[in-house]
Amino acid sequence: MARKMWMRGTIAAVSAAAMLALGACSSEPASEESGGSESAEGSGGDELISIGFSQVGAESGWRAANTQSIQDTLTEENGFDLSFSDAQQKQENQIQALRSYIQQGVDVLAFSPVVETGWDAVLEEAKSAGIPVILTDRAVDSEDDTLYESFIGSDFVLEGEMAGEWAVEQYDGEGYKMVELQGTTGSAPAIDRKEGFGTAISGSDIEVIDSQTGNFTRTEGKQVMEGFLQKYDDIDLVFAHNDDMGLGAIEAIEAAGMTPGEDIKIITIDAVKDGMQALADGKINYIVECNPLLGPDLAEIAQKVVAGEEVEKRIVVEDLAFDQEAAVEALPDRQY
Amino acid sequence: MPATTGSRTRPAGPPGLRNLTHHTLFWPVVALVALLVANTIFSPDFLSVSILDGHLFGAPIDILRNSAPLLLVSLGMTLVIATRGIDLSVGAVVAIAGALSLSFIATAPDPGSVSTVIIAIAIALGLCLVLGIWNGFLVSVVGIQPIIATLILMTAGRGVAMLITEGQITTVTSAPFKTLGAGFWLGLPAAALIAYGVYLIVALITRRSALGMLVEAVGINPSASRLAGVRARTIVWTVFALSGLFSGLAGLILASNVMAADANNAGLFIELDAILAVVIGGTSLQGGKFSLSGTLVGVLIITTLTLTVTIVGISPLVTPLFKALVVIAVTLLQSPRVRDKLAARARQRAARPEEVAA
Repeated sequence: MARKMWMRGTIAAVSAAAMLALGACSSEPASEESGGSESAEGSGGDELISIGFSQVGAESGWRAANTQSIQDTLTEENGFDLSFSDAQQKQENQIQALRSYIQQGVDVLAFSPVVETGWDAVLEEAKSAGIPVILTDRAVDSEDDTLYESFIGSDFVLEGEMAGEWAVEQYDGEGYKMVELQGTTGSAPAIDRKEGFGTAISGSDIEVIDSQTGNFTRTEGKQVMEGFLQKYDDIDLVFAHNDDMGLGAIEAIEAAGMTPGEDIKIITIDAVKDGMQALADGKINYIVECNPLLGPDLAEIAQKVVAGEEVEKRIVVEDLAFDQEAAVEALPDRQY
Repeated sequence: MPATTGSRTRPAGPPGLRNLTHHTLFWPVVALVALLVANTIFSPDFLSVSILDGHLFGAPIDILRNSAPLLLVSLGMTLVIATRGIDLSVGAVVAIAGALSLSFIATAPDPGSVSTVIIAIAIALGLCLVLGIWNGFLVSVVGIQPIIATLILMTAGRGVAMLITEGQITTVTSAPFKTLGAGFWLGLPAAALIAYGVYLIVALITRRSALGMLVEAVGINPSASRLAGVRARTIVWTVFALSGLFSGLAGLILASNVMAADANNAGLFIELDAILAVVIGGTSLQGGKFSLSGTLVGVLIITTLTLTVTIVGISPLVTPLFKALVVIAVTLLQSPRVRDKLAARARQRAARPEEVAA
């Protein structure tokens, strides 16, 4: 009994300590508010540009490269004071981070929105505090486009089109039957890449015989491909909305006793390291890059915005595309 | 006493058939067969199995292999639920097992060697066992409600997995590790052999020894079973530890299946699938009586359902709705109350003409 009491006591103490720590955290922004606004007035000019960045999370290799690029570019040597936070794929975390940056009075706010909607309130707050906002990678769905200065990111429709155009160039006239592995249902990259690819192959004799979601993950990409291979025995081509699903499809094709890249051709989008390796190994036929290195563009736009110059509302990051030979050449120098 | 729950008074009829249709597993099995039939209609050689490169190949083999991780997780979940508990942390444990084993193999000097792989598996399973013991400690010793106790690890666990993989998707090339999830032994998928082997062992131990009965006793009334001399605390602790261990094994199979550890997506929502499989199998969430064969049928239904979506060509937009409808249909048909109502209505209809004739 005494032992039990002791244990209960310890746990109570630990949880009490945790509560205190939580309390300390939540009171922090308030205390920074008073100090923060002064420093905001003091900064500007040739001082460091303070920039608050809220990242989506660390959900993929692509995202990790994106974070790395931003942290490596927005350094003190380049004239930036970067505050970085990870929202762990939750909008409420991101809104909280943005609010605390507004209270700290940063010069520029930048973030990759987790979802497209629900940003009007916090963006209004930024606007009334006179802090310019730059979006990276993902857009927000808001009727009022004065709420942000610029949106830097890839054009997903164009990525789909580039993939589709290559497929037409290579395989038109051979009556290819294609299956599509879509990204997460309803997500912007899935909708736009499907649309772009569809437009590019219309008029050719490539026939899309089936399309199913693989949720951007390898496991589901593999499972869906297994189903396709059971259902059809004449698949010639796979178009996967990202590398991971393509890599899953490779596993399924190999398990079915066929050679990916030969018996069944594969086209994907993203060009992360594992995908590029598979491309160099001849298991994937073509990859359209989705460039994660947004740091330099963000730095340039942030400097212009702070200097009061006009910036373009939409900045499309240039995406490359690789076939197998290009992958072998590019692979040693890839940063991600 | 628990055997008398639910009404057992039935109208007269052919006894053999009635016993069959009133068996708890009758409707789940019907659902499974219906799914297989639907698949066969859409893809006529769905059930055919051929030999390819010296191993069996075909949709049934895919179902067996893909069901392996869920079967392992559901097995642990069945035991936990039988003691009135629930384990929400299984998905996070799956992610941790994959992350730890693949990170170890990736940093090892020789990723392809059998000894490296065995050490990696041992470390991952060891940690998962510890995590299971931690859950068991919180529930049985500290007395926290299972749903809260395991919620801690459910939310924290993915963070741990993320720390291990440093936010990246860890990929390795290691032939021995790949055997676990994608390889074949004796012509059958290794993953399925492992999972179904573990299943048989657990089934034998719980049903051929008193352990199964003790687990049920704890689930029906923990205080009474303790007063009757059952070591309730040890049993609860053990089932949570086993749940952690089995989830770890499932995580290794999932990671090996695609040779990548994805801290965010590996085993995402597998806890819900496992709870669903257990419930379809007829084990009550109130604890007490549990059915391992029911869980097996539940797991096969869920795995087949996933493949059905692709084979039948259901649009991704309505996939969640389709799955929900199948599950609702199975659970409704299983409910004694709904069945009694339907039967009563059928009897009324059958009875009316007779009255007119008399």
